[in-house]
Amino acid sequence: MATITDPPSETFRLSQLVYDTRYRSLTIQVVAFFLIIGGLAWLYQNTVQNLADLGRTFDIGFLWERSGYDISQRLVEYSNDSTHARAALVGILNTLLVAVLGCITATVIGVIAGVLRLSNNWIVARLMAVYVEAFRNIPLLLWILLIFAIFSEGLPRPRDFIPDAGTGVASASKLFEAVAFTNQGTFIPRPVFAEGAWLFWVALAVAIGAIWALRRFARKRQEATGQIIPTALPSLAIFVGAILAAYLLISAQSRDNELAFIALGAEDGQSLAEYSEAAGRLDFCRIRGSGGSFSAQTHLESADIPHRAVEYFGTRDAAADFVRGRCVLYAVDAEDAPALAATLAEDIRGEETVAILSTTVAEGPAIQADLPTITGIRLTPITGGMVVRNALIALWFALSLYTGAFIAEIVRAGIMSVSRGQSEAAASLGLRPGRIMSLVV
Amino acid sequence: MKRTVCLGTVAAISLTAGQAMADAHAGSTLAEVQERGTLLCGVSTGLVGFASPNASGEWEGFDVAVCRAVAAAVFGDPTAVEFVPTTTQTRFTVLASGEVDMLARNTTWTFSRDVDLQQEFVGINYYDGQGFMVPADLGVASALELDGARVCIQTGTTTELNLADFFSVNNMSYEPVPVETNAEAQQQYLAGACDVYTTDASALAATRATFEDPGAHVVLPEIISKEPLGPLVRHGDHAWGDIVRWTLNALISAEELGITSANVTELAEAPTDNPEINRLLGTEGEYGAMLGLSQTWAVDVIAAVGNYGEVFETNIGEATPIGLSRGLNALWTDGGLLYSPPFR
Repeated sequence: MATITDPPSETFRLSQLVYDTRYRSLTIQVVAFFLIIGGLAWLYQNTVQNLADLGRTFDIGFLWERSGYDISQRLVEYSNDSTHARAALVGILNTLLVAVLGCITATVIGVIAGVLRLSNNWIVARLMAVYVEAFRNIPLLLWILLIFAIFSEGLPRPRDFIPDAGTGVASASKLFEAVAFTNQGTFIPRPVFAEGAWLFWVALAVAIGAIWALRRFARKRQEATGQIIPTALPSLAIFVGAILAAYLLISAQSRDNELAFIALGAEDGQSLAEYSEAAGRLDFCRIRGSGGSFSAQTHLESADIPHRAVEYFGTRDAAADFVRGRCVLYAVDAEDAPALAATLAEDIRGEETVAILSTTVAEGPAIQADLPTITGIRLTPITGGMVVRNALIALWFALSLYTGAFIAEIVRAGIMSVSRGQSEAAASLGLRPGRIMSLVV
Repeated sequence: MKRTVCLGTVAAISLTAGQAMADAHAGSTLAEVQERGTLLCGVSTGLVGFASPNASGEWEGFDVAVCRAVAAAVFGDPTAVEFVPTTTQTRFTVLASGEVDMLARNTTWTFSRDVDLQQEFVGINYYDGQGFMVPADLGVASALELDGARVCIQTGTTTELNLADFFSVNNMSYEPVPVETNAEAQQQYLAGACDVYTTDASALAATRATFEDPGAHVVLPEIISKEPLGPLVRHGDHAWGDIVRWTLNALISAEELGITSANVTELAEAPTDNPEINRLLGTEGEYGAMLGLSQTWAVDVIAAVGNYGEVFETNIGEATPIGLSRGLNALWTDGGLLYSPPFR
């Protein structure tokens, strides 16, 4: 006969919160949470009280007022008519941009420097040691200032790219006819995409998926049979193939796709040249990154029509400014033109007419390069392309080099933590140094 | 403008402790200054002619003279001043937190600075306007030809906002190159990192005077704003505000009445035929006592720095490298705008 004793009943006692390890961590977290909330509340209360003593209210209403100042480096539409909140958004996005760019380059620099510091080549290893020690121990701000000073003092002015009237030789010239390093920023080509550019993203996704599958297959195969299938070249082929296919597919559509010009204050059936003659210098609504917009502007240039490009981030911003008369010429797909012209005409409050000009342009291939060009005008010597400002470059380089030095040390530590025996074992199996690095370490 | 408000607010939060101390002394800035033995005067970080240290490290300039005048009025000693360099971003916070007793830092008198930031502008010592400076070889003759230019602009100033307005009103585009101080602007401008430098016309002239080749740069004819510059103090202590205000007025009145640093001692020895001179120099009435100062406060001021005209001529006048003409800053009797309320 067995007596069954009941297991001791699990009553919960308050002291368990402190003495029972199952609950203790929870207790600590809850207490910490309340302390933090309390601390924040105290700070807030303190701020409000002190501001009230100064005759002010704690108010963020100013965020929704017109800012009145301009910002040159921006990733979203912003003008001095925008709000302070918008300016803050521009700032946050710029910070994120530097962070992302910095992360990528710092990782690349760090990994390379970390591996090279362990190189058997004495010079390479010492050079990397010098890099790491120098950058780790000098304040970041100094590097930013130094790099910025080098860029703004050392590089030629944009004006120096204009050929001299007498000799026809400029004192500075573009690298590969595409990149101009100046003390106002670096002008680089900007890729512009035709309508349907989303196909590129699809192609990119397909290519990445295919490459991943290929490598997975190769690895499985190697683990099963020891046979090594080369993956580098096929991956490249898949990537290039997919992008090329997308390019041809989009180009087939866009190359002959006709664009029409919608013009403010024009008469129906007028040609571009006639309109230009009547209206004088034209403010062209240019959409950033749009191939159609780029082709249209190229047409204006080749037809010698006096114009100025006003840049917008999106069609909606451009349309809004068109209605206000800030830009007067808008290139759009010929099929959509009548509908858009009608909407724009409705939105315009004044007497101005909106008409579709008789001149049309082809949209052009899927990707075109908007190259920086030398204009010969002293005030705006280089137009087109994209400017990477020196402030951004200085911040980006300095952050990358500085953080890279720390990453290099982490990488070196990671490699050194793998016991030497393992790499020696790999070497004795006849693996080459490159493979030891990628497979063992 | 609003941005400065916001920055000021943020800074005010972080400086609440200092503010509380300043508040405790509110109403007795004069007593505080006298106890300390020196005047703390906020000036710019360095603008030749207005406020900059000379070769021997002594501050001198048009704005510095106002500080020295106030020190002379309070202590009878124009050297009893400690100069605190402030940037365009920090100036109001520094004043509001009580780190300085007054600002004489080519600061524009505007509604929001007076009312919202709670400063008290005691008068105008320079009537200015915003101008543009470009290299002569840029081939620009008017500000209306600046479409597409890169413009160096000091952040947190009224000029930053005027600039945006000017370009958008004239349907032109520009790219701002933000700088913190005049020195940084000068470096960027000379390196060619910006095509145009814009700030108050007087500061442009002062900056240009320090260039190696001033003739290679032109100040464009357009003046796009009104920039009345003047010394300011904190809201709340009206007695102290009165001292700074009437020191400035004494400088202007002295010029009008023909009192100079050369003849002031002589004129102050005995009452003259002109009762207004007598009231100003303390040989009649109790005007010094009303301010809480000595009877000869104005004599000390004028003996120390001279009258307004002398201050102007020695620091920024036509005989100096800066070479500004009096223009709007002539006395009202000479067709200018300078006009002091009477000493009565």
